[in-house]
Formats: sequence, C-alpha cells, structure tokens
Amino acid sequence: MTVESTAARKTTRRSSGTKRTASASTSTTKKATAKPATASEPELVQLLTPEGERVQHPDYDIDLSAEELRGLYRDMVLTRRFDAEATALQRQGELGLWASLLGQEAAQIGSGRALRDDDYVFPTYREHGVAWCRGVDPTNLLGMFRGVNNGGWDPSTNNFHLYTIVLGSQTLHATGYAMGIAKDGADSAVLAYFGDGASSQGDVNEAFVFSAVYNAPVVFFCQNNQWAISEPIEKQTRVPLYQRARGFGFPGVRVDGNDVLACLAVTRSALERARRGEGPTLIEAFTYRMAAHTTSDDPTRYRRDAEREAWEAKDPILRLKAYMENEGHADAAFFEELEAESETLGKQVREVVRAMPVPEHMAMFDHTYADGHALVDEERAQYAAYQASFEGGEAE
Amino acid sequence: MAVQKLPLAKALNESLRKALETDPKVVIMGLDVGKLGGVFRITDGLQKDFGEDRVVDTPLAESGIVGTAIGLALRGYRPVVEIQFDGFVFPAYDQIVTQLAKMRARSLGTVKMPVVIRIPYGGGIGAVEHHSESPESLFAHVAGLKVVTPANSSDAYWMLQQAIQSDDPVIFFEPKRRYWDKGEVDTEAIPGELHKARVAREGTDLTLVAYGPMVKTCLEVAAAAAEEGKSIEVVDLRSISPLDFDTIQASVEKTRRLVVVHEAPVFFGSGAEIAARITERCFYHLEAPVLRVGGYHAPYPPARLEEEYLPGLDRVLDAVDRSLAY
Repeated sequence: MTVESTAARKTTRRSSGTKRTASASTSTTKKATAKPATASEPELVQLLTPEGERVQHPDYDIDLSAEELRGLYRDMVLTRRFDAEATALQRQGELGLWASLLGQEAAQIGSGRALRDDDYVFPTYREHGVAWCRGVDPTNLLGMFRGVNNGGWDPSTNNFHLYTIVLGSQTLHATGYAMGIAKDGADSAVLAYFGDGASSQGDVNEAFVFSAVYNAPVVFFCQNNQWAISEPIEKQTRVPLYQRARGFGFPGVRVDGNDVLACLAVTRSALERARRGEGPTLIEAFTYRMAAHTTSDDPTRYRRDAEREAWEAKDPILRLKAYMENEGHADAAFFEELEAESETLGKQVREVVRAMPVPEHMAMFDHTYADGHALVDEERAQYAAYQASFEGGEAE
Repeated sequence: MAVQKLPLAKALNESLRKALETDPKVVIMGLDVGKLGGVFRITDGLQKDFGEDRVVDTPLAESGIVGTAIGLALRGYRPVVEIQFDGFVFPAYDQIVTQLAKMRARSLGTVKMPVVIRIPYGGGIGAVEHHSESPESLFAHVAGLKVVTPANSSDAYWMLQQAIQSDDPVIFFEPKRRYWDKGEVDTEAIPGELHKARVAREGTDLTLVAYGPMVKTCLEVAAAAAEEGKSIEVVDLRSISPLDFDTIQASVEKTRRLVVVHEAPVFFGSGAEIAARITERCFYHLEAPVLRVGGYHAPYPPARLEEEYLPGLDRVLDAVDRSLAY
C-alpha cells in the first residue's frame, strides 16, 4: 500500500510551469499594505499575515487559483496529520524516535511546491512536508525511525535524497549535484535544506563558498526554527542568518516561514534565478519548532511556554484557512472531506508501520560495497555458519 | 608505445590522462590541480588538454572538495579527488567516513559512489609537519571504503585505472617518496586484480609483508639478508582493504616466519590486523610470533628525526634477526 500525494503535486506543478518570476509579476489581487520593516524584524517577506490577510511585497508576489490554494492547504493539513501520527506511533513504541515538523508546514510545503520534477532536493531529517511534495511515500520516511533501515529509498525515484542526520553535510552534496547540473548544461536546480543550528557548521559555509565560486544552481533553504535542541538562535549567530549570504557573494532573503504563499513565491523566484545561471540564493525561513527537537527531547528544561504560545498565533495552517474562508476559496465540504482524508491517512500510516518487516539478519551485510569485498564475504559466511550451528538454525 | 619506463608520478599522470580520455564522466578535483599540475605535478598538463570543467581547481576546503564530489557522483560523475598531503585529509574525514562510505548501504544499494580520493602519503622527503603521515588504517577501519596503495610505476598506472572504474569509493594512497622512482609500464597489458597481493621477491626463510613506500625498503632488506645467506620473501600487499590474506598465508605456510613493515604507527596499525589473522590462520605453521616494524606512538617527528622514526634497513633487519632467532 502506498500513500500518495501525486494528484495535488501535479496540480501545483502544472500551474507552476506558467508562473511568472517575481520580478515580472503584475498581480493585482486585493492586498493590504505591508507593515513597514522594523529593526527587530528586518525585511521579512510576507504575503499572508497571521490573521489571514493578503499583503503586498514590492519584490515578491504570487497569484494562485482557489484550487491551488486548496492544494497547499491540503498538503499542510495532511503533512501535519502524518507528523502527529508518527509522534503517536513513537509514543506507542512503534518508532524508536521521531523528529516532528510541527509548525514548519508552510516553510516545507511552500518551498517544496516551488520545485519542478527534474529539480533535486537534499533534506535534513525533518523534511517530511518536502518529501510529501516530492511524492515520496510518507511511510518510507519511517523506516529509519523504526529501525529497519538507515535511509531506505532510492533518491533518484523522486529526486529526493536520503535524510541526512549529521548537520550540514548535505549542503555540500547539493552543491556538488548542482555543479553536475551545470556541467550537463541542464536547467534544473537543487534545493538544499538545513537549519539554524547547521548554519554554524563548516560544511554549510564551504557549500556557500563552492556554490558561489562555481555559480552553481542551488538554493539554500534554511528553516530557522529558533532552536537547535536547547540552544537558541543567539548561540549560533550575531547577525540575521540571511545576511550571511552577502559575504559569500549571493543574495539572501528572510521570508515568513509560517506563510506558505511567501515561501512558495520566494523559493520559486530563487529557483528561477538559479535556472537562469545566476547562482545560489540563501533563503532564511523564519519559523518556529512547535514540538520538541525529537521525541527524546524535553523542551520544558530550556524554553518558556509563553514563547510557544506567541508562535501559536502565527500558525501556518490557520492563517491560510482564514484567508480561504474570507475569500470564499473553500467551502465547508472541502474542510470536512479533508478531515476525513486526514483520518484515512493516519490509519494507513499506522497499518503500514505496524506491518513493516524486520529485515533478515543477513541483510546487515548487504550493500556495503557495489563491487563486493572479500572481508564482507568472509564475515557473512562466518555469521551464517554460526547461525546454522544452533539446533534448528538456518544459514539464511 | 605500449611499454615505457616511467617515474611513478608520470605513470599516475598517464593513468589520469587515459581515464579522462576514456570516460567523459571522469572529473579531477583538488587544490592546484589545474595550471600548476598539482604540487607533485601528478595532474601536469591535464587541465590544458581537457579544460577547466574536467580538471577543476577547487576552493581551499577539503571537506568541500569531498562533499561536492559526493554530489557529483550522485549526478553520475566519477570524481577523482586529490588531497594535497596526507595530513590535510582530516577536514574531509567526516565526509569520507560519515557520508561517502555509508551512502550505498543507506540507499539499500540504489546509489553508487564511484569516487577516488588520491592521497600522497608517507615520510622520507624532509617535509614540515602534516606532510609525512600514514593514515591508511584510519580508512581501512571503515566499512564502505576500499584502500589501495601502489609501490611501483606499473601498479600506479593500472591500480589507478581500476580504482576509477570501481563503483565503490577508493582511497588511493600514493607513496610520495617513490614518485620519482622509475619502472616499466605496459599500457596494453592485462592488469591483475586490484585487491590481490603480489609476491615481489621469493624466499624460503621469512616473509616480509609491506606496501607502498616500504616495499622498496623490504626488497633492499631481502637483498642485504641474502648476502648473509638468508632467503627472504617479500609480499607487496597493494590493497589494504580488502586485504589479501590468502597470499600472505601461502607465503607464511612456506617460510613459517612473518614480519610486517609499515611507516604508520605500529599501535592499531594494519600490522596488528595482519598479525592477528595470520596467527589464526597459520598457528601450527609459525615458528615465531609475528613481528611488526613501524612508526612509534608519537606525533610524526620533525624532519631531522624522521630517519629514526621510519622503518629503515637496519630496523627491519633487526626484526628479521629476532624472528629467525626463535
């Protein structure tokens, strides 16, 4: 059984093919005036306020049909439902660990829906919403957390690389992949995810250097969710993260990470820029990790409830719902059907996870090498003989 | 011309040229590999002939070089990375161990990582610190990597060809102090297996196992010992992971004595693994415990002291004598 998000994905993709770039946009949908930027919130790109009001930005805009808006909403709701199910499965002992994306749905769906099929994504370990946008069967994401594999999918199937746990490493892989695209003369682009914690890693900074020097078609999408486990953003940087890009020689932009429209517009614009051969962009999606770092974490030891509550008012799903309801983009039936679809998804995920087979013992020797290795062969044979030595034991 | 007498460095250069000619997906990356031709001139002339897209001068960041090579491999390229010196590889160690080595297994066998990392290694050239180290065990210990090291020009040419053709990551250690030693290279020969050891000199009284720069040293030891009437067999391992224990075992079953020689520190070095496995395989054949000669458990010393640190003729002969005394 698979749980697919292909239908919605195709809808958004198709429309994205005809989208204008931000600079060429002349959209005139109703908007209020954007709040002036303040010193504490520098140049935050926002198209939808926390109250669900459409606002204008001089550099970025987006004009989506009601169907497209419903598609984004559906993506966020189903992603959140999947995430909640995974958290529950961890509590039930079905998963060893789970890293929740709660609160980051807009950042992930907005950026994920900006991609073309031929683009390539390098995620961290929390990009469940981006995986959804790529058409990855969400239950595939759970194998690693259940302990039945260490990755578990063919990255080329959906152009979605394996989850990467060691922070920042994948930004270099993304840059190398983008260098390969440029060598091939293709016009695909790469989207590399990382977080505020990883921004301190040498690899991320080296990825900035390499991508700038080679003008590689890569977009760095940093979800600044304010916390690296227990360490607040102040422990990582003295300047807003997006401003670092300037020192490396490419543009940086901070976007409201809880605004799916702004995330889509900004990422689409950066990807188009990369396709045109104008090099990398750093996007800092300003958001908040509403849940613990992982199910093993206890945020009550290091942060206050009041902070979380303030961010609850900026919820990415509620603001889009308010906007859609106000504008008549969705009726009650849509929300009811989506609720039912969410429950079906949760049930399917539960069933698939519980049925996930434990790998055969011998599988630990598999795939260590492509061309084989004498020692692996020897140890595999020794282990098989050892297993077979037990009464009723079998070699394989 | 099929057979040429080439310095080891030139054999590597010819091998890289052949790879660039044969496979358009081969890309050479590293510091100073372009116009300069590398600090040891291994890539001399290649950028001129194959262009900046194929022979790529990179920013000065080893993790970045290997990390982007991984990305290029995911895109279908076959990167051949040059790390300038042995002691400079550690900024890239995380990418090599954590990412490169494990990528295939993590993808359940769907991803290939045909990345070669060339590292000039070993001492004996009077260099400043970090330019003379032998970190091969630190890579051989990691599942997912293959580790090889040629000792002569012919192997340099062919083993590099085979490493580049491999779909697995290969750490290719080059014995920098032997770069200028000349040897015959037959570019039309049918090469032997990449991971098979070679009996470099036959003998009957004792087996010396070595690889890379120490093969020449051990051949000199065997020649010196022959003058004293001792018949020493020298096995050139060529590959450290996988390691051809069968060839060592066959030799030790004949000679009944084994001394392992490498420049790397003895403690937890490849000699320890060889001693353990050969003791297990040849327990009833051995007339003496397996002895090891190598570097000491101290940072690689200043150049003026390196001859004391490195295994030389006298220290290896001393171990030979101790083994024969049992």
